[in-house]
Amino acid sequence: MWAFLGSDCLLFGSLISTYLLLRNRVGPATSGPTAADLFDIPFTSVSSFVLLMSSLTMVLAVTSIQRAEMERCKLWLLTTAALGAIFIAGQVYEFTSFYREGLGFTTNISSSAFYTLTGFHGVHVSLGIVMLVTMWALVSGGQLGPERAETIEIIGLYWHFVDIVWIVIFAVVYLIP
Amino acid sequence: MDTVAASEEEAHEEHHDHGLSDVGYIKIALILGVLTAVEVATYFWDFGILEVPSLLILMVVKFQIVCSYFMHLKFDSKVFSYLFVTGLILAMAVFAAMGTSMVFWQNPSGCDLSAFC
Repeated sequence: MWAFLGSDCLLFGSLISTYLLLRNRVGPATSGPTAADLFDIPFTSVSSFVLLMSSLTMVLAVTSIQRAEMERCKLWLLTTAALGAIFIAGQVYEFTSFYREGLGFTTNISSSAFYTLTGFHGVHVSLGIVMLVTMWALVSGGQLGPERAETIEIIGLYWHFVDIVWIVIFAVVYLIP
Repeated sequence: MDTVAASEEEAHEEHHDHGLSDVGYIKIALILGVLTAVEVATYFWDFGILEVPSLLILMVVKFQIVCSYFMHLKFDSKVFSYLFVTGLILAMAVFAAMGTSMVFWQNPSGCDLSAFC
């Protein structure tokens, strides 16, 4: 998992670099606003806080299964998945409102870079939610117990990675002018 | 049978030594929440020339805290840290390479030389 996360750093490093280099370029033949013109920082701040807190619930799920507290583990896994779903719902709302303001994927170079970066992150979060729900089903069915707590710990590593990528995106893309 | 139970108990205790207590994790999350609030405050109040450096420092501190405590890098083998940091260094190298090719290798008219304009 650590080797995968290291390689995923490269993917997001490339996407963040691309956005930073293209953020103010709309291209010669295209126009329209850039994503930075339309950011709703208070809304995105709440989404960021939700994703940050999902890391807490994830780590509580890991400690619960290590202590063989299966009911509590199931609760924290579902809470983490729900917080991730709230984050994704926020991202869908953000993309929809940007589109209505005239910022589509092909509007300009800057918008393509923005949607590719945040879209890839959204796909990572969505895959994480699928993994969390699968873990919940396995724990509920008794197929995953404390003796295999590492399985949930590994899913947790992936989830925390998705969180730290958002920490970087939120600061570099949304907050730094 | 007792030996098996004892070894399972030892394994569980090892896991507990592997990180913080639940209260410890909640404290870490509160610290992260406060740091996020400070980050957002830079949007509403003018921090002047300190804005970008303070945002970068806060980002690095939050990144470090999540990696160290939630991802257990502080308590795990250094090999995992090396694997992860290698990925980070390569990512920064990608940024440096892209920045070099797209910003510094431009002719005086501002056109990108790689596009032969």
